[in-house]
Amino acid sequence: MAQFQWTINGKKTTVEADENEILLWILREQLGLTGTKYGCGIAQCGSCTVHLDGSPVRACMLTAASIRPGQKITTIEGLSTDNSHPLQRAWIKAQVPQCGYCQSGQIMQAAALLHENPNPSREEIVTHMNGNLCRCGTYLRIIEAIDMAARGDLAAGDD
Amino acid sequence: MKTDSSTSTPNLTRRTFIKQTAGISLVIGATGLVPQLFSCTDTAAINKALISESIGAWVRLTSDGIITILNPAAEMGQGSMTSLPVIFAEEMDADWDDVRVEFSPQESDIYGSEGWGPNRRIMLSAGSRVTKGYFNLLRRAGAQVRYVLRYSAAELWEVPLKEVTSAPSKIIHNSSGRSISYGDLVSHIFMPAELPDFKEGGLKDPVDFRLIGKDQPRTDIAGKVNGQAQFAIDVRLPGMLYAVIERGRVHGAKPTLTNKTDVEAMAGIISIAELGHGIGFIAEKIEQALAARKASQIEWSEAEMSGFDSERAYEEYSAIMNKGPRGRAVTEEGNARRVIRGASKIYKGDFKNDYVCHAQMEPLNSVVQVTEDGQHAEVWVGTQQGFDSKLGVPAALGIAPENVKIHMQYLGGGFGRRSMTDFVTEGALLAKEVAPRPVKLMWTREDDLTYGAYRPMSLQRVEAAVNGQGQITAFSHILVGDGDNLIASGIRNEYYDIPNQYAELRIVPHGVRLKHWRAVGHGPNKFAIECLIDEVARGEGIDPAVLRRRLMNKSPRALATLEEVVRISGWNDPSQEGRAKGMAFLERSGTLSSGVCEISVDRNSGKIKVHRFWSAHDAGIVIQPDNVRAQVEGGIVMGMSSVLKEKLDIVDGRAVQSNYHDYQLLRMEDAPESIETSIIASDGPPQGVGESGTPLVACCIANAFLALTGKRLRHLPFTPERVLEALNG
Repeated sequence: MAQFQWTINGKKTTVEADENEILLWILREQLGLTGTKYGCGIAQCGSCTVHLDGSPVRACMLTAASIRPGQKITTIEGLSTDNSHPLQRAWIKAQVPQCGYCQSGQIMQAAALLHENPNPSREEIVTHMNGNLCRCGTYLRIIEAIDMAARGDLAAGDD
Repeated sequence: MKTDSSTSTPNLTRRTFIKQTAGISLVIGATGLVPQLFSCTDTAAINKALISESIGAWVRLTSDGIITILNPAAEMGQGSMTSLPVIFAEEMDADWDDVRVEFSPQESDIYGSEGWGPNRRIMLSAGSRVTKGYFNLLRRAGAQVRYVLRYSAAELWEVPLKEVTSAPSKIIHNSSGRSISYGDLVSHIFMPAELPDFKEGGLKDPVDFRLIGKDQPRTDIAGKVNGQAQFAIDVRLPGMLYAVIERGRVHGAKPTLTNKTDVEAMAGIISIAELGHGIGFIAEKIEQALAARKASQIEWSEAEMSGFDSERAYEEYSAIMNKGPRGRAVTEEGNARRVIRGASKIYKGDFKNDYVCHAQMEPLNSVVQVTEDGQHAEVWVGTQQGFDSKLGVPAALGIAPENVKIHMQYLGGGFGRRSMTDFVTEGALLAKEVAPRPVKLMWTREDDLTYGAYRPMSLQRVEAAVNGQGQITAFSHILVGDGDNLIASGIRNEYYDIPNQYAELRIVPHGVRLKHWRAVGHGPNKFAIECLIDEVARGEGIDPAVLRRRLMNKSPRALATLEEVVRISGWNDPSQEGRAKGMAFLERSGTLSSGVCEISVDRNSGKIKVHRFWSAHDAGIVIQPDNVRAQVEGGIVMGMSSVLKEKLDIVDGRAVQSNYHDYQLLRMEDAPESIETSIIASDGPPQGVGESGTPLVACCIANAFLALTGKRLRHLPFTPERVLEALNG
């Protein structure tokens, strides 16, 4: 067992874990941040996407030891507490989720895109989001919602 | 709005008044008329009534005006958490802003659907039957609640019942101008001695619908954009352990663990359970359970599936197709075989489809806690439910059904896989080993794919006889494969005017686990049927839409969907160079659907690109139109995934593919540019839409490919290799 100090969703957090323990299980089973999902364990589906110092990463492939002290981890729970993030509002307005299981990862992946590129083209959206699977087939609504959030088109019926 | 019906006038022989400021649960008879009221906080009385009298509580009303409606169906993305409460709220005349939704208990006598045949009530979210199966029942129950509220206000104001009516979440007396909110009525509830059952009338006229047919935002979505929506895999209980199971890669093989002592000594291991079909590893942490499984050495017995090879099975299927033995006829109208034998012109084709897996995003899992005496169990699970509403747990543990409590969670996808209960009974058996500590049983993605229950492979031979006027006079469809009704669904052609029809199943058992997969046999069967229709059209020099129009001459509802999709897709306008359109029609779960897609093909790589998709559906009365469109969009994308990508091979009895790297699902880059869905206005009863988009895809793509290239695609999936083979063949 080792101690790790990270900033998780803005809070300094001390985690006790083995060095080779996977971030996904630490977040979900130890810290109760269950919005980050297990889908494949091999970085193929993107359901476990979180931000590490602002960049999207797959929590299922990160060991505790690979995260440096003080690094900032943001999960879906840290995006906003009240669905006020433009992407959350857009996701609701476009009624994107079906089963919803992949959507935390989709939104975290999209948030990283808009941070880097506030006005992505459709092609840029597709390229950036291509690593995130959705079995229910909500891709077109995901594109619509990202576009909506980027354009700030969140007025009526957005919550 | 209708307020009374002559056939449902109550007999007021007894009146009950319950004064409750906290809130009430209106408990209304499911089978008879046993209205009762309970305080919201009097859970013991409610539970006693539920268990002993088989009566159902559909709604809880509190003095703050909050109306909590219970949803008896699974929520796996199809929107039941909204559409069913909307039906209830419509007849109750609830203001939707006041409505909250919770899952109902898993008690089928109370909350079972009427949609699985007469004289039985079943909780099963499958076959797109939820909305159609609950529509009438929830309307009647909602109307009964509204009746009680009207009755109570009439008693309170001492005016005749017929003078009071309702507006959203309130009762009004027009002549005096009085009104009272549902919340304020909670402390003035009078219970009539008898309630009308609304079976013979008294429900709203559909033209007065205020919620049904409009779009309410889905109640589950807010929690699905912030991580708060709880799936079973998210459940965490005090003292909870984690488990994984090593199952035979060859289904049916029996395990012998040869290094149990070594594994037991590993860190965190609490128990190792020898199950008939596998070995369970229970540990303090999930990673410890996974490590123990990895370190285990297990010898496996032979099984029926040993040696099975899915590619080679087609050779056996061909031999059976060509030489017999004959199977079971499932359709015999006229004498199709004789007409085909004597026909001057025959069109004929053999079609194949490989196994596909559900691959829902949330791997299977369950959380189970068994009491120390082994006599009670609680289960947290995302399930499509089943004929046993306690999911096989009572039989697995040898305890009474009433001792099993199911806590329904959201499903991270179902598609048919979660109407099996293998992952629930496994969890119960493991939890029994370590009772009273709860256990979270997890299937890894590899478990999910390699120990899957697949949509069966099949070989189909379709033949059509055509007369001198280009009319199809007979149609024959012979199917070879395993799974009986799993391959038979969708083999009938009720909406085409073909006088002689024949369909036959030749079953070949392999021991491979099989299961309903979204739209079941409709995917493969409609692929074969609709492709042959287009081959006839092409051979006879008739436009595919014109040929289908003729075939639908006795089916105006079917024809309306065809005309609509012709219109929205611009069917009669030529596609740009290098593209072509293809169409299909089918019925699934009562919904009639016509689809068109436009494709292009990269002739070097063999990759098909679907540019646009259009569909038109007659689904009867539609509760949530945007949700219907969402279901069709998703169904088409999932259909494209299965048609262009997905293939589960079995070699020597073992699944070859094990995770998303080799069992590839469609990604965003391959989604069409647009999917346009049109809903035909209808006043018919609601039909199932969740599966209607998926089976359109194979036939639309193959027919577009035929139009574009003159070549035929007859083996699902249409991988680039198979496309190149067709192009060069």
